Amino acid sequence: MKHRTFFWFFLPTAIAMLLFIAAPIVSVLIQSVFAPHEAVLIEVENCTPLVGCTTETMIDQEATRDLREAQPLGRFVGLDIYLDRAHLAIEEVGQIWSTSETWGSFWSRIFNLPFYRAMSFTLTYTFVVTPALIVLGLMIALAVNSLHRHLKGLMIFFSLLPMIVTPIIGSLILFWMVDSRGVLGSALVSLAGDPNFSLKASTGLTWVMLIIYGIWSSAPFAFVVFYAGLQTLPRDTLEAAQIDGATRWQQVRYVIIPHLTPLVTFVALIQLMDNFRVLEPIIGFNASAHATSLSWIILNDLGGETRQLSSASANSVLTLIGVAILLSPVLVRTWQDFKRKT
Amino acid sequence: MKHWKTSALATAFVAIGASTAYAECGISEGRVSVVGNEFPAIQTVGAGAQACASGSVTVDTNLTADHQKINLAGMQGDPAEYTSAIIANSSIVALMNEDVIRPLDDLVAKHGGDLQKNQLITINGKIMAVAFMANAQHLMYRKDILADLGVEPPKTYEEMLDIAEMIRSKGIMENPVGGAYAAGWNLAQEFNNMFLGYGGSHFKPGTAEPSVNSEAGVNALNMMKALSGYMNPDFLTHDSNATNAEYRAGNIALLNMWGSRAATQTTTDGVTDAVKNGHAVAGPMTVGGGSTPASTLWWDGWTVAKNISDADAEATFLAMKNGIDPSILSDEETAKQAVWLIDGYQPTDAAVGVFEAAKMGTIPYPMLPYMGLMHTALGNELADFMQGKESAEQALADVEAAYITAAKEKGFLN
Repeated sequence: MKHRTFFWFFLPTAIAMLLFIAAPIVSVLIQSVFAPHEAVLIEVENCTPLVGCTTETMIDQEATRDLREAQPLGRFVGLDIYLDRAHLAIEEVGQIWSTSETWGSFWSRIFNLPFYRAMSFTLTYTFVVTPALIVLGLMIALAVNSLHRHLKGLMIFFSLLPMIVTPIIGSLILFWMVDSRGVLGSALVSLAGDPNFSLKASTGLTWVMLIIYGIWSSAPFAFVVFYAGLQTLPRDTLEAAQIDGATRWQQVRYVIIPHLTPLVTFVALIQLMDNFRVLEPIIGFNASAHATSLSWIILNDLGGETRQLSSASANSVLTLIGVAILLSPVLVRTWQDFKRKT
Repeated sequence: MKHWKTSALATAFVAIGASTAYAECGISEGRVSVVGNEFPAIQTVGAGAQACASGSVTVDTNLTADHQKINLAGMQGDPAEYTSAIIANSSIVALMNEDVIRPLDDLVAKHGGDLQKNQLITINGKIMAVAFMANAQHLMYRKDILADLGVEPPKTYEEMLDIAEMIRSKGIMENPVGGAYAAGWNLAQEFNNMFLGYGGSHFKPGTAEPSVNSEAGVNALNMMKALSGYMNPDFLTHDSNATNAEYRAGNIALLNMWGSRAATQTTTDGVTDAVKNGHAVAGPMTVGGGSTPASTLWWDGWTVAKNISDADAEATFLAMKNGIDPSILSDEETAKQAVWLIDGYQPTDAAVGVFEAAKMGTIPYPMLPYMGLMHTALGNELADFMQGKESAEQALADVEAAYITAAKEKGFLN
């Protein structure tokens, strides 16, 4: 394609990407290095029903308005927001490092800081769910592919159900089932033999539940991709392997998996990204006492009575950086493969 | 055919309703757009405002549980999308902080003659909101179970613990105490109640510096921990709705619950007869020998946006005033929905708790610009203590650290 043709061909996409991807990122970056002006507080008398008049503190709007008009973006704080306790907590980590005597107390104090607590769950979730759903998706794809063709349609439909169910609804359904009075919950109570046994009260079991939910809801995606890949599997290679006396396992290991490798990379990329931004199950399972993620913190920053836009922006940027770090090994490998081929 | 008839009838009805309302509201033209919470009393107010719609007056309402996430953004534009936000004493602060609501003194002088004086929320000498209902958390209990045990309803949290132990040891209920202890807003609110009951104050006087890591704070947390021992083990996931569901199912006998939910506590489907007949309401409890109830007093009211034309503001004021017209008290259904602060309101049985709370001198939820940040910090940091993962002192130190970080970002602290 000529450069000129390519330019016109690509222009609409480029404009859309600038508008909808680049511009919001730049806006979030700017917001994360600015914070609201220092509030000018005054004491005033408030009168409310049933109580009468009391002296309260409020923001002096007249005084604050001039500040706002002079600098509408707020005050420039540089990387302060990134480094404060709610984010990377550099100072606190340094303090903990110099005062902790054992590794155990070091880590438990680190995980008491919001960012690191969120990262401990997010990374565990990402690195357990992603490989597990790839393996499970591949197993379902192989199983469905070997079915009789009359059964295939039905089985594909059922296998896709977890993905069709809206994530928040899916997690709510499971949440009610594991309630100590729910179907699964009471089964677990009788299994544990303790009437006070509660899955929702245990951090470890909540993590397990979230991870199982994550695998359950994302496996269909991997399944669909691998199933499509299986349809393009060269018959002759497989038949050659069969003639050579390869067992079913050997066929999978040496013929099918190498054929599906690019798809595994694709699923891994997408799912690493998705799982790092885990949010719906934490909301659906009401699990924020046990597990948080960066996305949950962003929602929490924006959902309070007083919105913390700078903090939410900083967390968004940290999420972007996290995703970039996670994807870098896969991207580097893809690039090397590409270079080798050309 | 039948369908056509009913819809024609309905249209005619609406037309009549609109024209009479037009006459009542006295708005010639304007745009009214209301955002607010979705509980029954507010639905009634919203419907009353909508009755003012006519050919030249548009009235839209957006009543949703997520109102706090959209009301500020919807009022910051010029002209503002929402001409009125229905708020409570906690949420008016966010609107005041950003200066998006207007003083109502001139409109009250012109049109508000029949409003009661205690409905007018006055901040720094200016009327900023018109309140229409009061709310507080207070005791709800099963009088049948307490009568069987031969005990009076608890006046203090210490008595509540004793009664809970009696109920458990007699084998009547395994977990007799209920509470909205869900991590987040609810848990923080329960802490606020208990903390104020122990005589605590969230901030050092006249400053934005926190003072929750105090004796009152530790006592409050220890009392909450003791209570949670008598709750369903899932308590950290139970919000008001889940707690009420437990109560309606007959699983709990004592709970601290919102007055705004008292009237509907036994009217929902699936409430057992035992609960229906045994349900009773009393004032809030005190704690630690204090005289201030371990609860907070609330009001709900409406505001008018700043960034709209004076004509729209006047239309909004009149429509909202129609929404809280004393005529809603003549309907038995709507009269029960809340503790109305409207002229002519007669307290119902369900309102006893809120009135008792006001009489006992319950402290109103603090209307401070930085209280929202404190509430968020409490909601995030207290769950670790409730799970036994850290000490009360450590949890409160975490709260203060989280609050200070947020307050520095928002410019309340240096």
